[in-house]
Amino acid sequence: MDGSAAGMPQVTDDGPAAGPDDLPPPAGRTRGRPGGLRIVCSLLVVACFVVAAVIGPILLKYDPVATNLGFRLKPPGTRLPDGSLAVFGTDQVGQDVLAQMMQGARVSITVGVATLLLAGFIGVTVGVLAGYFGGWVDAVLMRLADIQLTFPSILLAIFIASILGPSVVNLVIVLSIANWVTFARVTRSQVLGIKRRDFVDATRTLGARTWHLMTRTILPSCTAPIVVVATVVLGHVILAEASLSFLGLGSPASTPSWGVTIANGRDYLSNAWWISTIPGIGLAVLVISFGVLGDALRDRFDPRMTSL
Amino acid sequence: MDGTAILPATGRPAPSRPLLSVQDLTVQFGTRAGTITAVDRVSLDVAEGETLAVLGETGSGKSALAQALMGLVPGPAGRVVSGRINYDGTDLLARPRSYTRRLCGTELAMVFQDPLSSLNPVLRVGVQIGELFRRRRGASRAEARRKAIELMERVGIPAAARRVDDYPHQFSGGMRQRVMIAMALALRPRLLIADEPTTALDVTVQAQIMQLLADLKAEHRMSLILISHDLGLVAGVADRVMLMYAGRVVETGELREVYQTLAHPYTRGLMASIPGLAGPRERLTPITGSPPDLLRLPSGCRFRPRCGFATEACRASQPDLLPVPTGPESHRAACHHAEEVVADGRSG
Repeated sequence: MDGSAAGMPQVTDDGPAAGPDDLPPPAGRTRGRPGGLRIVCSLLVVACFVVAAVIGPILLKYDPVATNLGFRLKPPGTRLPDGSLAVFGTDQVGQDVLAQMMQGARVSITVGVATLLLAGFIGVTVGVLAGYFGGWVDAVLMRLADIQLTFPSILLAIFIASILGPSVVNLVIVLSIANWVTFARVTRSQVLGIKRRDFVDATRTLGARTWHLMTRTILPSCTAPIVVVATVVLGHVILAEASLSFLGLGSPASTPSWGVTIANGRDYLSNAWWISTIPGIGLAVLVISFGVLGDALRDRFDPRMTSL
Repeated sequence: MDGTAILPATGRPAPSRPLLSVQDLTVQFGTRAGTITAVDRVSLDVAEGETLAVLGETGSGKSALAQALMGLVPGPAGRVVSGRINYDGTDLLARPRSYTRRLCGTELAMVFQDPLSSLNPVLRVGVQIGELFRRRRGASRAEARRKAIELMERVGIPAAARRVDDYPHQFSGGMRQRVMIAMALALRPRLLIADEPTTALDVTVQAQIMQLLADLKAEHRMSLILISHDLGLVAGVADRVMLMYAGRVVETGELREVYQTLAHPYTRGLMASIPGLAGPRERLTPITGSPPDLLRLPSGCRFRPRCGFATEACRASQPDLLPVPTGPESHRAACHHAEEVVADGRSG
């Protein structure tokens, strides 16, 4: 199959720094790799949101305490008194919804990424420890994960958020507690499969200690599934953040996230649909993009789904 | 029957003091059906610079022996029940496993059977080789890379400077095994254990790898334990041989002595099953029957059910590993009828 072609020495004109992806591939190899288009498209959408979150608030100033009651509840496309165009309309206190969304994207993406890093760190650490050591370490850590799973994560988040109070940092902590289990389980199952492989023993016979084996030998082999999980969890976390903010347990009103904006617009749905709907659409597009990205990455990295 | 046909022409220098001395090593594996004794009271010595070939078919315990020597017996199912592994005067089994781990790489090293599964698939080979220098010798990144290329050249990988950045799957089987050998020898160990290093390779590549091992061994003045099932393959490399059957040593001695004076029916059977290149083409003579189920070993001698020399004595007691009556002290066989077997071999 393709294996023999890939196994052939690539005695071509590649520089020493060329990785396997840079090498001239055998015919059909790159084109045949699954998920290419979906990865590009979803990454483009995500990139748009990130760019909007980073530079949007610089271009379009948003002041959370400013009000402009003369221009409240204006539909999308209205020209404001300062001459600017309210592309997505204005909300119940006359704020530009687009400016609010871009400010909210900052909060949502920051919370999402921070949660991902924290939950990923905790989860991967727990998973590697449980998988590698097995025995009672595994039993204790995985029972802890099971207990965690018995609580619906949003309920748990509400519970913790109501104790800690609403703030962005607390939000990250809450969402991390709710999401580390996925990472732990995926990592553990990977480690369980990999730790008995010959190359781990081979590395051991070259004098590698536990730390080296865990971090340098086993962990690199787990990265693909972890990355896939990360993309799915990221979408999930952004949604959960919006949900919590919607319920008033997320980011405080002074740092408006999408959830806050949607919640505020709820009372005006009958006469100003855009306040809730447009941030909702934005949220949906971002979450779906992460979902598609995760799916496409899985298709590319899951060895059972490739012909190689 | 005699095995001189596959022997090299030259003799080898006599070994000096043992570097590794194993006494009565017993390794057991607990399974649902019962406890299996994979290695049963095995003793062996390997002198500095000497090559010992451990021969036996699948399930004879030779790989479990290698695992035990490297401290790799997979727990909790498997464990070393008893015995001593004296390495350079220190009993490794009396020390914690971390002590063995410290010796790994610099004193002991191992080459595995399947070179693809023994290389980390997600790391470039140069990184894997260089890591040894970085971790164990404190080399810089650039220095480690240079040494990796040097080693890859030494083990005969063409265009090493370019291939250092390839991943294991981009190498052929023989080249992968060369990479494995390069890694095992990177820190200049004094004892190399090669567990069927050529089994997963083509026949033509086998000879190259064996030659490489022999060359490197001579160059580094290293001791070598060569585990194999191929009597012909080790003939050109080994000083001494040890044959295992169902976890026990059945015959051991100088290679030439053992191959010339076959003192155990099992060794004889193995020799008889090697096709000869000279002479008329004949049917191969296999050993009848199959290796015993380690959970249900026959009483007395384990080879008895497959043995043409078996008598009541073989059923009653397990033979000890004793010097062969007519041979030198070092040549030992575990057979009640060793004398008969030798005599039969001479006459026939």
